[in-house]
Amino acid sequence: MSFRGRRALFLVSIPVALLVLVAAFAGLPDFGNYSGVYGRALNLIAVPQRHATDVVTAVNFDYRAFDTMGEEFILFAAVLGLAVVLRSMREEHRRASHEADEEHKFDEPSSLLRAFGVLLVGPVLVIGLYIVSHGAITPGGGFQGGVILAAALLIVFLAGEYLAMKFVAPHALVEFGEAAGAGGYVLVGFGGLVFAGVFFKNFIGLGDPAHILSAGTIPISNGAVGIEVAGAFVLLWTEFLDQALVIRGK
Amino acid sequence: MIVLQTAVLFAVAIGGTAVVFAREPLRQAMVVGVYGFILALLFMVFQAPDVALSEIVICTVAIPIMILLALAKIREHEEESD
Repeated sequence: MSFRGRRALFLVSIPVALLVLVAAFAGLPDFGNYSGVYGRALNLIAVPQRHATDVVTAVNFDYRAFDTMGEEFILFAAVLGLAVVLRSMREEHRRASHEADEEHKFDEPSSLLRAFGVLLVGPVLVIGLYIVSHGAITPGGGFQGGVILAAALLIVFLAGEYLAMKFVAPHALVEFGEAAGAGGYVLVGFGGLVFAGVFFKNFIGLGDPAHILSAGTIPISNGAVGIEVAGAFVLLWTEFLDQALVIRGK
Repeated sequence: MIVLQTAVLFAVAIGGTAVVFAREPLRQAMVVGVYGFILALLFMVFQAPDVALSEIVICTVAIPIMILLALAKIREHEEESD
């Protein structure tokens, strides 16, 4: 289509789009006017029923735990697909290891970046563990905490070298962690089936609200998801890092 | 609270525009990280801390890294074909 034709199409369609948008916005509920039934109901029943003070986590890992299982395997399948797409192809080669020692890094990190990274690894790790373990009590949970845990490893790479990161997190261990996390989550579901008769039914004592071991199976599934997500993201970044640093064309 | 929400909404509008106008991919990867952080602030002031956390970890950690590494790979390809 010529430039003139495209401009004519644009000039005709933009008022139509605007009209539709204005009509749609006019029909929306007022700002801040929440009319959902389930939200109100869950806000009232989540703490007495599940002893979880973070209602979002209670929804994700209990009321709709089955959906979360689907989401988990979306991530699992996506990372698997990525690993297949980014594998080393026939005409590519991996650098030999002595060569790799020299080249397994971008430019040497400055000593400031290195010091900053060393200082940061510990706190980031602790924040990640905190977010995973307190999923049922405060905002956060397995997914967010898992990514933060993976980010701690990324800092090892930034502050040191790629080999150091691979040393802290060997490929086989990461893969195993990801699979074990995904499997563990499903096991929690089967636990509900076996001990309470319903898949993913909360089958452990609920404990006191706002305590770290409260809300029954929710902390366990959070931990499983945390391990899975951390493994998935480390695997994802490792594939990208391999492509950028290790695998070479012909 | 309304003032804060309005301010952050404007910041989001400016940030989104900035992402579009940063044409150079390397710079865009950085700007998108900052934009993700502003979005997290938006979720925070609208009382959705769970979503804010997810937004921070994805948009400021996961996505820029992937873009940067993809760019590194592309650059190396270009150097080899030269």
